[in-house]
Amino acid sequence: MNYRSSIFVLTCIGLGFAFLYIPILSMVVFSFNASRLVTVWDSANSPTLKWYASLLHNEEILDAAWVSVKVAVINATGSVILGTLAGFGLARFRQFRGRFTLNAMTTAPLVMPEVITGLSLLLLFVALEQLIGWPAGRGITTMTIGHMTFSMAYVTVIVNSRLVSFDTALEEAAMDLGARPLKVFFVITLPIIFPAILSGWLLAFTLSWDDLVISSFTSGPGSSTLPMVVFSKVRLGVSPEINVLATITLGVVTTMIVAVSLWMARRAKIDKASAG
Amino acid sequence: MTASSGGAVKAQPWNDLSARPYVEIERITKSFGDFKAVDDVSLKVYKGEIFCLLGASGCGKTTLLRMLGGFETPTSGRVLIDGEDMSGVPPYERPVNMMFQSYALFPHMSVEQNVAFGLKQDRLPKHEIQERVATMLDLVKMSDYAKRKPHQLSGGQRQRVALARSLVKRPKLLLLDEPLGALDKKLREHTQFELISLQDKLGVTFIVVTHDQEEAMTLASRIGVMNHGEIVQAGTPSEIYEFPSSRFVADFVGSVNMFEGKLIEDEPDYVRIRSPEIDAPIYVSHGISAPPGAVVWAALRPEKIFMSVAAPEGGADNVVRGTVQDIAYLGDLSIYLVKLPTGKVVRVTQPNTSRHAEAIGWDQQVYLSWDASSPVVVTR
Repeated sequence: MNYRSSIFVLTCIGLGFAFLYIPILSMVVFSFNASRLVTVWDSANSPTLKWYASLLHNEEILDAAWVSVKVAVINATGSVILGTLAGFGLARFRQFRGRFTLNAMTTAPLVMPEVITGLSLLLLFVALEQLIGWPAGRGITTMTIGHMTFSMAYVTVIVNSRLVSFDTALEEAAMDLGARPLKVFFVITLPIIFPAILSGWLLAFTLSWDDLVISSFTSGPGSSTLPMVVFSKVRLGVSPEINVLATITLGVVTTMIVAVSLWMARRAKIDKASAG
Repeated sequence: MTASSGGAVKAQPWNDLSARPYVEIERITKSFGDFKAVDDVSLKVYKGEIFCLLGASGCGKTTLLRMLGGFETPTSGRVLIDGEDMSGVPPYERPVNMMFQSYALFPHMSVEQNVAFGLKQDRLPKHEIQERVATMLDLVKMSDYAKRKPHQLSGGQRQRVALARSLVKRPKLLLLDEPLGALDKKLREHTQFELISLQDKLGVTFIVVTHDQEEAMTLASRIGVMNHGEIVQAGTPSEIYEFPSSRFVADFVGSVNMFEGKLIEDEPDYVRIRSPEIDAPIYVSHGISAPPGAVVWAALRPEKIFMSVAAPEGGADNVVRGTVQDIAYLGDLSIYLVKLPTGKVVRVTQPNTSRHAEAIGWDQQVYLSWDASSPVVVTR
């Protein structure tokens, strides 16, 4: 039976994509709406860019976006460093008792309910402040630490799985040619697993960018992230500016994903060619 | 099957008691848990040799090689290279280089950068690195591909780059793990001879691991046949082939017809063996050291059996009748499977010296005979 071009298959694809993209598309369309009411299309004055202009003058949202960018970048960078070290250790250290448990433990934060992680972090930070005076209050630092606890777990899993399929003969060859272990790591291992590290960075960035729960628990006054601001605004009624913000985010994310996937596809082709 | 020695060593330092071995493996053992991968192996390899470790997969040959390279730590015993104890010396400080089975070329570096890697670790001046890399690439005929990445090369080209990379530091000892395993047959034969001439030119000592007996025969000055973590026999290719010391070696190197039997006459200059698998007693024109009545095996190579339609002249010794059961025509030679009246099937190879002669066909009655010096008698 040939399903390849049947109407049935086309309908399946159509329905699936409609389900995924109609809400997003409607949001994009309404970002050009002139009306103050999000649900009413003002056909006389639309489309317009006036909400784009007004967003650029909304200090609250811009500040929140800046906080979000800072937290996301620091979090992604920190998670990549810690996660790569953990992933490397787990993949390379010799077989030892309890290795399986350790492996499972690094992935536990992935399945832990966010509310619990957030609450436990809040309690820890409060207790620490009372004991040693650090961290003094809650803000960007505590939020970043909070994000890193779970982002790092994702990076560890990604790097670890890349290293498991890594031909250790490459490292041995480098050592055989006179490179010491630390040099081997930086000159051979790191460049080869770089795509995995990059996708880990992007994932950590994204996780931090749209995290609401853990941010809410660990943030302090004056350090609201974008999702926190959006969420509080939406509760008072959706403003057209939110549509604009979402559309811009969507544009940036799409561009980034397309660029990275293209680059990865090229790398994969090279890897495949060199393996075969 | 070539049984000539292809190695560069024309003298035989292993027979010279005063010769100093270059690599000495002293009672080395490597265990992984309860499993002994290498079991109490001692071995001496001399300067300029191509020594082949030959064995089936899992016999411990690669583990032995990796201990020489410093990638595995021996459970007991030690390795001396040029008289120096290598215990505890990490791979990056050994005067040894290794060519890996997968070639292990660095995928993110060009051919040139791959070859230069080892020299850069020694912090040599830039112009010297360039010079030596260029000379080496020239030697392996890869100069035109210097700027390419490994994934843009064919299997044979990658092999050359890997070889250049492992030789550019001018090691005294080069370890090669299945160096030709990934190449197709034609290319492999060609590369074998290139490898020998390169080794001859550079005067490097090679220790090669292979499971391919033909490769070992062509390359080696000496072969060490390994089984279950032990070296069961070490010797020149012709010694291994013509004088196997055990049934395992006789069977593993080349093909062989094995007759199990008992000594019925045991004299200093000849023996006679009676085997239930063959009607006539086997007459061997040299004495052996085995207790009378002991179970022995007579090993007879297929190419050392003569096959004829008419009864051969001479005595009744070493002549049997049989029926041709199967013929495999291989071009240069043909393999005949001949069934004896006892049911034993004997393998006989005959060179196809004439283009038209196809005198012997299926189901034909033939005589098989062999020289009294041909059978090798082994006791284990």
